[in-house]
Amino acid sequence: MTRPAATRAGLAVIGLGALVVIVNVLTGGSFATATNITNVLRQITYNTILAVGQTFVIITAGIDLSVGSLVALTGVVMAIFANAVPFGGTWLILTTLIVGVAVGAAAGFINALPVVKLNLPPFITTLAMLQIARGLAYKIAHGRPIPVNSDAFNGMGIGYVASRLLAPVGMPGIPVAVIWMIVIVIAFAIVLGRTKFGRYVYALGGNEEAARLAGIDVARTKTLVYVISGSCAAVAGLLLMARFGSGSPQTGEGFELNSIAAAVVGGTSLMGGRGLIVGTFIGALLIGLLNNVMDLLNIESYTQEIVLGVVILLAVVLEQLRKRFLVR
Amino acid sequence: MQPLLEMRGIEKSFPGVRALDGVTLTLFPGEVHALVGENGAGKSTLMKILAGAERADAGEIAIDGTVVAIDGPRTAERLGVGMIYQEFNLIPELDAIQNITLGEEPQRGPFLDMRAARRLGEEILEQLGITLPLDLPVRRLSVAQQQTIEIAKALLRKARILVMDEPTATLTEREIDRLFALIVQLKAAGVGVIYISHRLEELPRIADRITVLRDGKVIETRPLAEMPRDEMVRLMVGRKLETHFPDLPAVASDAPVVLEVRDLQREPRVHGVSLRVRAGEIVGIAGLVGAGRTEILRAIAGADPPDRATISIDGKTVRITSPRSAIEAGIAFITEDRKSQGLILGMTVRENVTLAHLASFTEAGVFIDVGKELAAARKFIEELHIRTPGPEQIVRNLSGGNQQKVVLAKWLAGTARVFLFDEPTRGIDVGSKAEIYALMVDLLRAGAGIVMVSSELPEVLGMSHRVLVVREGRIAAELSRAEATPDRVIAVATGVAA
Repeated sequence: MTRPAATRAGLAVIGLGALVVIVNVLTGGSFATATNITNVLRQITYNTILAVGQTFVIITAGIDLSVGSLVALTGVVMAIFANAVPFGGTWLILTTLIVGVAVGAAAGFINALPVVKLNLPPFITTLAMLQIARGLAYKIAHGRPIPVNSDAFNGMGIGYVASRLLAPVGMPGIPVAVIWMIVIVIAFAIVLGRTKFGRYVYALGGNEEAARLAGIDVARTKTLVYVISGSCAAVAGLLLMARFGSGSPQTGEGFELNSIAAAVVGGTSLMGGRGLIVGTFIGALLIGLLNNVMDLLNIESYTQEIVLGVVILLAVVLEQLRKRFLVR
Repeated sequence: MQPLLEMRGIEKSFPGVRALDGVTLTLFPGEVHALVGENGAGKSTLMKILAGAERADAGEIAIDGTVVAIDGPRTAERLGVGMIYQEFNLIPELDAIQNITLGEEPQRGPFLDMRAARRLGEEILEQLGITLPLDLPVRRLSVAQQQTIEIAKALLRKARILVMDEPTATLTEREIDRLFALIVQLKAAGVGVIYISHRLEELPRIADRITVLRDGKVIETRPLAEMPRDEMVRLMVGRKLETHFPDLPAVASDAPVVLEVRDLQREPRVHGVSLRVRAGEIVGIAGLVGAGRTEILRAIAGADPPDRATISIDGKTVRITSPRSAIEAGIAFITEDRKSQGLILGMTVRENVTLAHLASFTEAGVFIDVGKELAAARKFIEELHIRTPGPEQIVRNLSGGNQQKVVLAKWLAGTARVFLFDEPTRGIDVGSKAEIYALMVDLLRAGAGIVMVSSELPEVLGMSHRVLVVREGRIAAELSRAEATPDRVIAVATGVAA
């Protein structure tokens, strides 16, 4: 399973390369600049992190519709927490992250509970959580964004690393948020690709009954997958809170669909059993680049939406054709 | 009299198996024709051909003397063939009328004509003299009521040839009486019934003639009055084509008991089963389909954990609550359906082989050591002669026999003491069969105990030290290798003998 997926990833990279050249010509050279690429990376950070969690869920043949709302809920809770505690600096960032992840993980646990205990479809349980978490976020925040008083999060939201190193090539540095994204992508790529747990995720997505009979704790594995997805939502929530200096109950509307799109475009099968974190990253990158290019070409936003939809459709159609071709 | 149905010289082969070999079957109007034979004798295949679910390789089918080409289920239905399978084809949430008229709904313009549908359904039920709750979803009706709905459904489609597969298997005595009364009515209306049953004792009550199938051939067709029951059994079993089984090593008289099961209970199919398996011993479980054979294995393996049981491995009592707990106790379960239960088809040979014991292929219990996995996969590919381009091949692309070997490798990768085999050689070629038998002998030599369920009688008899015959969820007889003759096993399994 990993080999065809890797081939697919390879093809995607080549496709991207060709696209870059063409697009750069079309946009009169404003595309392939360090600043623009940095922007794209920053823009895709949140979606990539959500899509990483989503990929775990989708590989088990599930779906997590609640992540967008969880971004808002965790953001609001973290903002309140950060304003309430007396300390600052790294200590504040760390504790805030822990609080946010705890909330996200708990929500993921609640998502999973009816799925593993009562065999309810995750579509429904996470749809319910989408409503509940959004409502809670508004209620807790009294309907308004909660500004964060501490400046401890500034670096995380708008700061750069390696600024001096990259100054000669005209770059402001690598955004801190992008570093977070890269760390998460690499860490979870290892978890999915190299650990026992990761193998079990694929196994139960491929054939749940055979996995169970092989002694795999299906309930535990499934639960963890939703916990991971909720935790990823919390990290995205923290980064967004840091970026805007506030925890807002409005953030994350529709993010769940973008994260699913990134996973699917990246080759994750909605039927379960197949997918790669690297693929998801490429999927998110592809969507981000597409948006960016259309912006640079001054394509109006309505048209952009249509193009995006077509790209998603194309991705799944190609996947289906490939599968059919493989079976014959 | 003009026969209603004639099937002549029907042949059908599957890879490695001659399922039907020149089968001829005649059915007259108003006749109930019993079709009997062991599991795998070819009854289902023959009926599938009649129903258009399978195509015959050779032979012809005539209805009312006209040769017809049955190229699909729709054609069979149009020609008046109605099938009542053991598993009903009803939509559980729809009511009786909706089910009876399904696909034949009367319409008024673009809309369903509910009143006409109701009239149609009631008319059929009235003809049959059946009263049913018409407004309840059929899932809330009894099995017997659902069966009459199936019959009504077939009659609405003008079925004149009705095939009933084990229709009494799940009915009570009173319901059986009512069913038989209904069949008598159908006979009077000129419907021909092909009646498949393992319950030989009920055939004299209902059938006019009987055809015995064995190994895909018709052994005998005769009026039922001229066929005593013991002769039925003898004809069903006959003398089998000998398959070559390896010599089983004798069980040492002091060999320890590796598996002991006492009073195993698992609703709805297993009622108080006890058995012991010694090191180096194969205990075969025989019985009819639905007798509870697979269910016994599934309970011991934790796939459907027992409601109640005392199970011990190597004399140590173990609690089986899940497949995991059974594996940890030293039980390996080789399921009957490798595609849906034994393998992750989209995964590679390597990934499947290590799946049940992945912890032993990790560093620090977390990170998978692919090199170690590859080494194990290569070892099993060589030892079990798994024909695959390599360990990274997706198992979906392997043949049945090789897939089965991958399943075996998965359990050999651990340190199980007891191997539960459910239909270990179903649907695989002769060569792979011999290899799997040899492997079972290797396991015995290594001191493991084996419990084997098989529908192939020669396999049970040829590969077991002892045979347990299961009937209706209980062990009806325990036979030594010498006592376990085909006649005896069939007689016990069908309830003719105790």
